[in-house]
Amino acid sequence: MKYMLLIYMGENAMNDSEREQCYVDSTQLAHDLKTSGKYISANPLLPVSSATSVRVREGKRLVTDGPFAETREHLGGYFLIEAANLDEAIGIAGRIPGARKGTVEIRPVLEIPNLP
Amino acid sequence: MSDTDADRIRAQVDSIYRTESRRVFATLVRLLGEFDLAEEALHDAFASAIDQWPREGVPANPRAWLVSAGRFKAIDAIRRRARFDASLGELAERLDSQGRPAPSPDDERIEDDRLRLIFTCCHPALPPDARVPLTLREVCGLTTEEIARAFLSVPATIAQRIVRAKSKIREARIPYEVPSRADLPERLDTVLHVVYLVFNEGYSASSGEALTRADLSGEAIRLGRLLLELLPEPEAAGLLALMLLQESRRVARTSPAGELVLLEDQDRTLWNREQIAEGRALTAQALSAPQVGPYALQAAIAAVHAAAPSTAETDWGQIVGWYDALLAAVLSPVVELNRAVAVAMRDGPAAGLALVDAILARGDLPDYHLAHAARADFCRRMGKTDEARAAYRRALEFTRQAPERRFLERRLEEL
Repeated sequence: MKYMLLIYMGENAMNDSEREQCYVDSTQLAHDLKTSGKYISANPLLPVSSATSVRVREGKRLVTDGPFAETREHLGGYFLIEAANLDEAIGIAGRIPGARKGTVEIRPVLEIPNLP
Repeated sequence: MSDTDADRIRAQVDSIYRTESRRVFATLVRLLGEFDLAEEALHDAFASAIDQWPREGVPANPRAWLVSAGRFKAIDAIRRRARFDASLGELAERLDSQGRPAPSPDDERIEDDRLRLIFTCCHPALPPDARVPLTLREVCGLTTEEIARAFLSVPATIAQRIVRAKSKIREARIPYEVPSRADLPERLDTVLHVVYLVFNEGYSASSGEALTRADLSGEAIRLGRLLLELLPEPEAAGLLALMLLQESRRVARTSPAGELVLLEDQDRTLWNREQIAEGRALTAQALSAPQVGPYALQAAIAAVHAAAPSTAETDWGQIVGWYDALLAAVLSPVVELNRAVAVAMRDGPAAGLALVDAILARGDLPDYHLAHAARADFCRRMGKTDEARAAYRRALEFTRQAPERRFLERRLEEL
């Protein structure tokens, strides 16, 4: 079963050197997961200052600056993994470096047919 | 077969349903991997038993027969549905290829299944207010109505919590497993809490004619033993000790006519010495741990009572001391109320009354019948007849259990 692990944290939760270390550790985790066949993909995201929101209403596209929701914690990155069950996903979420500063939300992926 | 034979077998099926249905269910959850499917299979299995046993006789191992029948019925039902949904065909094949369960599944395996089920129902990914109702429903087979009464809630609310919890188990794929050693301590707390609630529902049933339901308490004690065996943690020992010490007074708590007998009026020769001895030994074990938890402290209180030859000769000072420690561990108005009763025994009813009034004045326990019953008792002992009368009436407003009601009514009349 696929799980999306969404990493939320305050944008200033880490200083530059902590952030660098976080990328190094996350990359290592991705490799470990790959070795055990649990890795699908993972990426950090640039800060919300770079975010753009798009919505289409009555056929009209509206483009605005900033994230969709104004919250204290923002989506800072994700891991998409393959795990046997929630306990395994929880175990992996606990190993994500971002979990020590922010929160990892585990969302089971809904499999729908006919995706590429 | 004569009608009486059919009746006899029907009664036998009923009794097997009461004692075995949740065990069969737990094993079916493991075999089928899904709660609702297992529940349906369980009912189909008992329907088959009612149909076949009168003709073919009761099988030598009814539990194994029911597990096997339930599993077969479930696979059959999935196959029928698979005609409309191809993905189910695969599921049916997978379940079938896992092979038939051994004709007489050994008892240990079945106990493991129940333990797995408890940990699933108490999973931290489930909302706290769903874990207990789910366990009582799925592991112990209580009805939604019984659970609602135990939680002073309405059945619709409880039913909704259970349904939501079950879909989370299914959708997030919460496993049906005993947690790993590393996760065990974190997961144990909720499990112990659930077991104690089950015990309490059996020890003082929340409503109805019978004061206690020994089967539920027995169930909780069995679960407590199982947990302690698997996890020799101090609080698991503390909880089992507490349950045994309370259970030891069961016979003395009820008069032959089914009336409630207070601790001070109980015939202490009726207390179960074997349970007391085991309970005290487990209490000592739990109290010797570096960190003493709330169950061990409650067991310590029960152990002081168990050691006393009478109410007057009870070491109330020691009991108040344990309550102080308990309040430091868990801030709860119910614990405060119990402490007030102990203080009243040590220092007189006026001291107890002041404490209970302070709890009620704060707005805590406004509709908890025992708070008003304690108040009534203190006023009665102080000769404040009018106030006692009002408090007994208030207690009666919130008491749903028949023997407890009769006890309070008797006290009211005696004033």
